[in-house]
This record gives sequence, C-alpha cells and structure tokens, in this order.
Amino acid sequence: MKLPIALQGWVSQHTRAAIATLGALRLRLVSSMMTTAVIGIALALPAGFLLLVDNLEAATTQHDGSPQASLFLTNDLTDERQQAIAAQIENLSTIERVELITPEAALAEFQRVSGMQETLSLLAQNPLPPVVVARLSDGLNGSAVDELMGTFKTLDGVAEVRLDRLWLERLEAVMQLANRGSALIALLLGLTVVLVVGNTIRLDIENRRAEIEISKLIGGTDAFVRRPFLYTGMWYGLIGGSLATLLLGLSVFILSGPTGRLAALYGSQFQPLGLGLSGTLTMLASGIALGLLGAGIAVSRHLAEIEPR
Amino acid sequence: MIRFDSVSKRYPGGNEALRGLNLHINHGEMVFITGASGAGKSTFLRMIPLLERPSQGNVMVDGVNLAGLRRGRIPFLRRRIGMIFQDHRLLNDRSVFDNVALPLVLAGRPYADVGRRVRAALDKVGLLNKEKASPVTLSGGEQQRVGIARAVVTRPPVILADEPTGNLDPALSEEIMQLFEQFNQVGVTTVIASHDLSLIERLGHRQIHLSEGRVA
Repeated sequence: MKLPIALQGWVSQHTRAAIATLGALRLRLVSSMMTTAVIGIALALPAGFLLLVDNLEAATTQHDGSPQASLFLTNDLTDERQQAIAAQIENLSTIERVELITPEAALAEFQRVSGMQETLSLLAQNPLPPVVVARLSDGLNGSAVDELMGTFKTLDGVAEVRLDRLWLERLEAVMQLANRGSALIALLLGLTVVLVVGNTIRLDIENRRAEIEISKLIGGTDAFVRRPFLYTGMWYGLIGGSLATLLLGLSVFILSGPTGRLAALYGSQFQPLGLGLSGTLTMLASGIALGLLGAGIAVSRHLAEIEPR
Repeated sequence: MIRFDSVSKRYPGGNEALRGLNLHINHGEMVFITGASGAGKSTFLRMIPLLERPSQGNVMVDGVNLAGLRRGRIPFLRRRIGMIFQDHRLLNDRSVFDNVALPLVLAGRPYADVGRRVRAALDKVGLLNKEKASPVTLSGGEQQRVGIARAVVTRPPVILADEPTGNLDPALSEEIMQLFEQFNQVGVTTVIASHDLSLIERLGHRQIHLSEGRVA
C-alpha cells in the first residue's frame, strides 16, 4: 500500500527519531544503563508489592481456611433430612460448595486426629452433631456475610452457626492496608521515575543546545526539536519497564522453591504467580507513560528557553 | 521580495540598531549591505528570518507581512531562507554530509531524496570528496562552503549571508562570492552583508550602505 506523501514524511520522521535516539542511548551505554536500572528498580518495587498482595490473596483463598461457615445441625435429624438441609444451603447463590460431615465421620476423624480412640470408645453414644461446612463465594463483603448468617439461622434443623468472621475481617483489613500501601509506594516511585527521566532529559537538552539552536535557526519546528527527547524518554521508560519485568520474573523464580515448601507445610499446593501477560503489558505501558511524562515536562520547561542567536 | 517600511529596532537598554529603515530588494536581485560595525547590518539580516522582531515598522518577505506571522509558522519562513554565518554554525559532532542534510531532514524529505540533494549541494561547493569528514578537520574556507551547501540544499528563494568572508583570505573570499553569484544567476535573491569593499566594488552589484540604522 502506498501512503500519501505527507504521511510518509511523518512516518519516516518518527521512525528516524526513534532509531536515532535508540542509537544515541547505545553510544552512552554506561550512563543509559544506570538510568534505566534506576527506572527498572523503581518500577519493579511497587509492582513487586502488588504482586505480593495478589499472591497473598491467592494463597489465602486457596488455603482451606478461606471464608467458610460451620452449621451445626440438631442431633435428632435423619440422614435424609441432613442431606436435604445440605442441599438447601448449596442452592444459595452466595455459597460455593458445601460438605456434610455426619456424626459418624466426625467421630472417626476426631479419633484419628486426637489419638484418643480408647477413651472415645467408652462413650455410650456419639455426642457429635452433624455439621454442614459451607464455603462462601469469594469477594463477599461484611454485610453480605451478615445477611447470609441470618439466613442460616432461620433454617429448620440448624442449631448453631459459626463463622470465623474475625479472621475474615482481619485478613480483609490487612489486604486493604497492603493494597493502599502498595498504591502509595507506586505513586512515590512513579514520581521517582518521572524525576529521573526528567533530569536526564534536561541534561541531554543542555548538552545538545548547539544542535537545538541550529535546528531552530534553519527551520526546525518545535515538534521536530522536541521529538528526539520525547523518544529518548519513551525508550528509557520502555527499557526500564522491561528490566523491571525481568527483575520480577527472576524474583518469582528465586522465591518459588521456598514458597512451595512453605505452602506444602500448610498442606497447600500454592505456587507463586508471576506478572502474566497483562501484568507485563501494564508494566511496559506504565514505563512508557512515565518516561514520556518526565521527558515531556523537561522539554516543555527547557526547550522554549533555547532560541537561536 | 524583501521590503522594510520604516523599521526601527530598539534593544532593551536603549541601543537603537535600526532607525526607520526603508528599503526594497527585488526578486532575483543580488545586493551587498555595507556599513561600519554597529550600523545595523546584522540586525537587518536577522529580521528577515524573524530572529528579531522590529520594535516599529513592517517587514514584508515574499508578500507576507512578518508582523502577522504566528510563532508556529516561523520555521516554514526560515526554510525558505538560506542563512550563512561568519562563524559557520556547523555541528562539529556530525559529518559534513549530516550537517548539509539537516535542513532536508527537518523538512521531512524522503531518505533517497536527501542523499541525492546533499551530494548535489556538496558538488556545487566543491566538497563532494569530504562528505564523511568532520567539520573541525576542514579549513575555514571549506567550513564556510559546508555552511553554504547547507543553506542552498533546499533550494531556497532567498539567501542571506552575514560577513561570509570575514575570516577568509582574498582569494578564498573571491571564490565564495563567485559561488553566491552562481546561485544568484539561477534566480535566488541574494543579500550579503560584508566589509570587503574592494571585492564588492569589483563584483559590481547593487550596494546598500547603512549608517546609524538607516540607508545612507
């Protein structure tokens, strides 16, 4: 396909600026690497915290201590009646799944875990009630859980309902704190990236004063003069973002072994999650956006000052 | 092509470089601007590509009143004016080729076109064999010719030169002036500020003598 001449010129100007600025970064390899390393670390830290929070959430919901309610039924129910109640609970929309633990099964489990077989065999009858363990859907908030507990209590044949609600609320609060903290760190380190890129570009503008002056003198538009600096900022952000992605991937890889062992001790299959495709793209996009923002600020502040003599 | 109507320029601090200058340079003319230092030659030249704006009066270039030119349009005015400086104003960290190519690059010319035009301009000033050299390795006369190649590579309708032979010996100065005459012969309006009165006399083009910011 043949592009119109003006568009061809535009495309070629941008391609040229993009390639030339990348080449210029390679010429100053050591200083560009240090700048991108700072950006990479500044991007990796908040992303790492967010990833940590995500992983904690994933780990705790996968673990069997996740939001679940224990409904103790009355002792006088037939097996059919117990199953009917369990089915009734399972049909609620906010319930993920239910498990019915009959008194016999509960006793067997208790014997196995406690090691008090002989003592227990002395009991004339099984004192344990049937229990329905209901796993709540993910992401229920406090009031939804309250409402659910109310529903449970009105059910026929349910003697008592217990929810480890304090645990749930504490976890929620910790997650909120961690999320808020990560957002704050992300904000501060994002600002760091903008400042680092801005300062680097400012020095770059200072070093290329003669070139800028001559370009303006012989008819370079503001856009033309601005372009290489904006592309430089974009490259810093993109390369820094790639470096951050790499650092996080490496960290997840290094931590996955010990994490797996720790999870295994809790009887969980949990494996730490990496950034994934969308996370990687978000990281690169934020790198580019912050780099461009830093360069844009430096350019708008310092380029107008340079006028040809 | 270039018309000044009672143009004055007063710098901050009270120095008056131009005082009601009136002059008109026709399309395709070759004109020498003479006068003592401080007579306003440089200020006059700098107003044409809007490196300075007049304090009073109007400057018209190619039928456009520069007073009404928006800031964003200034680059397009400058692209139609080839400027040559006494100190060359070359980029020393770039090759001769890249220096001459700069006006084409910033005008967004296609790449193939750039190489062809740069070589034609370098050929015209006799520096085709130096395209890969760095400007600092060239002599003063050669650097000036690189500056000229850069000014004419876009084939502008106007060339302005501020003391282009200021640092050159008489033989080189003559060569440079002949180059300007060649451009003028193909229809380029050429305005040269110069001190070199004997050379100017010999060439025999129109002279405008400035004194205290006016045509004397």
